[in-house]
Amino acid sequence: MMRFSTLIKHPADWMAGGPGEHGAVLTSRIRLARNLNRHPFPGWAKRDQRAAALDLMRPAIEALPAMKGAFSHELGDLTSVQKQVLVERHLISREHAARGDGSAAVIERRQTFSIMLNEEDHLRMQAIRPGLQLSAAFAALSELDTELENSLEFAFDPTLGYLTTCPTNLGTGLRASAMLHLPGLVLSDQIGQVLQAVNKIGLAVRGLYGEGTESLGNLYQISNQSTLGESEETIIRRLERVISQVANHEQNAREKLLQDDPEMVADKIGRAYGVLRFAHIIDSKEALNHLSLLRLGGTIGFFPPETVVLCDTLLMDIQPAHLQLHSGRKLSAEERDSIRAEIVRSRLLSLESPDIRIPANESNTSPDTSNPGDA
Amino acid sequence: MKCDFCDQKATVFLTQLVEGQMKKVCLCDNCAKERGVTDPTGFSLADLLLGGLPGGPGTVPAGQPKAAPGNGKKCVTCGFTLDDLRRVRRFGCSDCYSTFSEEVAQMVRGMHKGTSHLGKVPEGLMAIQFRHQRIEELRSRLDQAIASESYEEAAGIRDEIRTLDEVKI
Repeated sequence: MMRFSTLIKHPADWMAGGPGEHGAVLTSRIRLARNLNRHPFPGWAKRDQRAAALDLMRPAIEALPAMKGAFSHELGDLTSVQKQVLVERHLISREHAARGDGSAAVIERRQTFSIMLNEEDHLRMQAIRPGLQLSAAFAALSELDTELENSLEFAFDPTLGYLTTCPTNLGTGLRASAMLHLPGLVLSDQIGQVLQAVNKIGLAVRGLYGEGTESLGNLYQISNQSTLGESEETIIRRLERVISQVANHEQNAREKLLQDDPEMVADKIGRAYGVLRFAHIIDSKEALNHLSLLRLGGTIGFFPPETVVLCDTLLMDIQPAHLQLHSGRKLSAEERDSIRAEIVRSRLLSLESPDIRIPANESNTSPDTSNPGDA
Repeated sequence: MKCDFCDQKATVFLTQLVEGQMKKVCLCDNCAKERGVTDPTGFSLADLLLGGLPGGPGTVPAGQPKAAPGNGKKCVTCGFTLDDLRRVRRFGCSDCYSTFSEEVAQMVRGMHKGTSHLGKVPEGLMAIQFRHQRIEELRSRLDQAIASESYEEAAGIRDEIRTLDEVKI
């Protein structure tokens, strides 16, 4: 069976960037909720009933071709740091991390599929892909789900669809979400308006780690709320359309910022670069917010394009549990802040200072630039 | 004070706002650890309230007598009651959805874009449903055939029903 250290050693495929532009959409995630027919749901089941359900599900999942040699452990066998690392990687939920024996996680080797057993529902299956690939992620996960139907009998009702512990997941049991990086909309003060519009059409907007979490590093998750009364395709198509629109708005906002106030953009990105390159003590929030600006710089030509992937990887590696795993021991908050700064400095060592080109002919804000091409 | 989950002495006392109601839980060291209460970031009282022992955890909304008793409805498969449903707004097992079908209809209204499923159907289930439908059809044709004394046709239909019946999932 795959060990925790092997699973976590390499960054996941979906962290290393997707096809096409590394614009606003970092990752796409699909989650399907499934339950065993006539077995009490995990939250209501007695200890032995929960164990029985687990004994039924775990072999079926481990036998899936896609899950060959997967990481498969009961949560009681993992340390709290290990569980927290899985949460930071979005492989298990915060709620699941709080569980122990009787609940398990099975994670595919490349971390593209992860299945939580005995979470709120018997099965919470997830597929992650880089970039905007909700349809592809759904197709892959749905195939896995169909294979599981051969060995497990899922609770299903012709009218209510897949039956779930909480009625908010009834029907498709589908939660499709994308992680977006929206610094342009934040800097131009349009974010509130855009998110409000997204909310109005029945989609949910959340921060980096889901429900009730604060938005850090200009990162936002957009997902569907309704799961019943529409097909999976309809739900996903709407989301993809909305997300593309938001990504377009973000692109326009970045262009407009560069046109209207290039000095402000240059200043922010330059400062972020300075802090990250030279800071010795940096907390998570400050690091995330500066990395966000560095990433922005990577998409608008201030830094080489591979800076985007560098930032996305760092984003994960500087989280508290990742730091503790990296140092192999429990760290105080102060220790974390200095190790975080150390990691960031070492990764950015070869990143040259930003190539800032303020378009001279457009800008009236800096008449005293020494640019000889000034018209 | 005793732990709500076992008879040991309670040492951890928790109060949290769940669905707009104050909920209190008392736990002993072991149960607190087991249920992850020691890690406040990953803990939700709603989950704990759901995590039932026989008869459910003995939790009572603070400052308010026990809620009006339900009409005695109880899921025969898992023992979940209407009171449990009112408390946690979640269900005990898949059969609860038929036990509490009226409550389900009420809860689902306005929660989603629609009230009936339009998405994926388990393939095996579709085959089963199709087969049941086909057998029903054949049975009524069989009755007709017998009624009209076309015994040869009836024998053919009977064989077809037999074959369909033998297929196992």
